[in-house]
Amino acid sequence: MSDHSDHPSYLGHHYDTVEQQFDSGKLGMWLFLATEILLFAGLFCAYAIYRKNHPEVFIYAHQFLDKQLGGINTLVLITSSFTMAMAVRMAQLGKKQATAGLLALTLLGGVGFLGIKAVEYEHKWKHGLLWGTKYRDQDAEHAAPGEHGGEHGTDGEAAPGEHSLRLGLPGVEVAHAAEDAGHGAAGSEAAADGEAGAGGADHAASGDAAAAGAETHAADGTMTEAAATGAEGIGDESLEPAPIIGGEAMPRSGLAHGASQPQGMAAPAEAGEGHGTDHKPSNVHIFFGIYFLMTGLHGLHVIAGMGAISWVLVRTLRGDFSAEYSTPVDLVGLYWHLVDLVWIYLFPLLYLIH
Amino acid sequence: MSDHAEHSGPGHIVSPMILVGTLVALLVLTFITVAVTWVNLGEFNLWIAMIIATIKAALVVLFFMHLYWDKPIIGIVFVTSLLLVALFIGLSMTDVDQVAPQRIPDYAPAVQQTTGS
Repeated sequence: MSDHSDHPSYLGHHYDTVEQQFDSGKLGMWLFLATEILLFAGLFCAYAIYRKNHPEVFIYAHQFLDKQLGGINTLVLITSSFTMAMAVRMAQLGKKQATAGLLALTLLGGVGFLGIKAVEYEHKWKHGLLWGTKYRDQDAEHAAPGEHGGEHGTDGEAAPGEHSLRLGLPGVEVAHAAEDAGHGAAGSEAAADGEAGAGGADHAASGDAAAAGAETHAADGTMTEAAATGAEGIGDESLEPAPIIGGEAMPRSGLAHGASQPQGMAAPAEAGEGHGTDHKPSNVHIFFGIYFLMTGLHGLHVIAGMGAISWVLVRTLRGDFSAEYSTPVDLVGLYWHLVDLVWIYLFPLLYLIH
Repeated sequence: MSDHAEHSGPGHIVSPMILVGTLVALLVLTFITVAVTWVNLGEFNLWIAMIIATIKAALVVLFFMHLYWDKPIIGIVFVTSLLLVALFIGLSMTDVDQVAPQRIPDYAPAVQQTTGS
């Protein structure tokens, strides 16, 4: 037991040595980080289960995420992790100015990350790429005017051309053309036009467009349900070779589904929001639910980390730290690196689905 | 392995060369993980992406987070949390096709295929 009077001001009275205090703080921080990892594991588990059961939803929906912005954000976060590690080093060496500068840079990285994230969120908000009932059926805006005649008019501000341009969606433009063709004609001619238009189009998009044509056709209501089912089936078959959508699992399962379970085709009529048509998967909103939960929880951690960094930045400027004592900078650094760590997994899992 | 020669406080001070090297490795690996998506390797794409992410995570943990120089107890805490995650997700994945495949029409088409409905 050491006498309290020989304790430096930064050493808690319940510790014998600075070393002991440092080890305790570090262990405590790592225990907290372990609980953080388990917290995120819950969401990763939900992701894993849903992706295993619904690969088609992930392959379809991830196209609406901006790979470029996601990649830039990865670089921003990794770089800010580096400046944080450098800040810890400078704090350990007792270099106050350098520590403060590097902490400020790290903070800037956090601001940049959130700014880019905000751009992405805003884009998704505008296009109804959201969770649950807030999700707006994407193809319905372009490809199925018969089915969605009522609500279609309200989407006026989202011009299809601009939409497909911004999202880089394969096939939307062609689907739009097929829609126009189907619009003028009626009955089986519409479907034929739709398919012909699609056939002449870009190979990557043809499947989608054909499916869209079939759907327009079916939605006209001039045919019996059985015939409509047949039209959907054609859509399925032509969807299979589409290489960009490229899902091995998705087209095949869609086809098997259409062939073995024709009663499932009643789904478009039942589902008021237009889910259940086969060329795009059902329940896409759940992908966006998972996306917003995972990136949202991560974003909250970024905000918390920035708060913590601001705190040690103020304390650094106030002169609380020295070469002898800079543990808080170290521990905040650990937290910031964990935020980076989570994003390292989120980026490929959400943006780079193949 | 804590050297107190160059400073008076506790904890290891990482050399700037190691930190810069880690940064460069992370940036290169980020590029590779994006580049891999330009090639269609089927389900291997996911595995490659996860392996690269794990290498990146290891670099961050070992060097940015000082785990390489830390006491073994820190590594035990960290690895234990990873084992719990593996247990959690691994066990969940074993009965993933029991997640209400038939209850909601059209809910899990991929699952219906395997159960031969």
